[in-house]
Amino acid sequence: MTQTTSQLLTSSDKTTTIDARGPRFAALITTVVLVAALATHSLWVIAFQVLVFAVGALRGPQFTPYSLIFRRFIRPRLKGEIPAEDIRPPQFAQSVGLVFALVATAGLLAHISILFTIAAGFALAAAFLNAAFNYCLGCEVYLLLLRLR
Amino acid sequence: MNSLLPILLILIPTTAYGLWYQRSRGKIRAKHTAPESALTAEILGEPLGSRATLVQFSSAFCTPCRATRLLLESVVSTMPDVQHMDIDAEAHLDLVRKLNIHSTPTTLILDSQGLEVGRAVGAPTRDQVLKSLSAIN
Repeated sequence: MTQTTSQLLTSSDKTTTIDARGPRFAALITTVVLVAALATHSLWVIAFQVLVFAVGALRGPQFTPYSLIFRRFIRPRLKGEIPAEDIRPPQFAQSVGLVFALVATAGLLAHISILFTIAAGFALAAAFLNAAFNYCLGCEVYLLLLRLR
Repeated sequence: MNSLLPILLILIPTTAYGLWYQRSRGKIRAKHTAPESALTAEILGEPLGSRATLVQFSSAFCTPCRATRLLLESVVSTMPDVQHMDIDAEAHLDLVRKLNIHSTPTTLILDSQGLEVGRAVGAPTRDQVLKSLSAIN
């Protein structure tokens, strides 16, 4: 039988799970960084976020600097049962964020201000939805992308 | 500052959408289906329950899909006349298009004839599932 795309993409880390509160905390920092990028149009800020998204998309969401901050400073203060989450959904979200942040960076470099604002705006919307409403981007978007094929 | 306006233009509608998202996800909506669009064991690939069937559609990049599967498995474990099936949406795109499924998890509640009588988009609660199952004879 043929393997589906998602199985091919992630077959090596099929069972890896992490603390589900980590990606949500990371989305909070991402929201702040993207607001700063939109407010200042700073190449350095959006380039930094591109690097963070790239680590999250290529290595895994548990390796980003935001995730390190969560593990070092936030998780020791949290009580209760640890909610486990498969890394694939947040990794998918980081990949979508990476695409938008790259387009936003290209917009800045090419001095196309509206392209920067729209692309960074989509990344901000997704990060904010995740942080504020526990939004599952992969749940809402992945099937729609597949249905376009 | 000029560049603060786009931030508000993004965050205000996103907040409205987020509030709608939070309220709508997991709610079971009643559906009325024409008899000719009944689902069968041949279409779904697994046998239907004699009284009701919970047809869950899941995907790889979906955090609440696992919790939904565990909940529905536990609900049907005490009901021999209700079946639960977990279908990989990615591997059944024709069915996904035909049933107009946009996101995962989506759970269809079928009666004994295979007619969809309810649908939950997002992870439903145990009480909601029990309530909609008890409405099916």
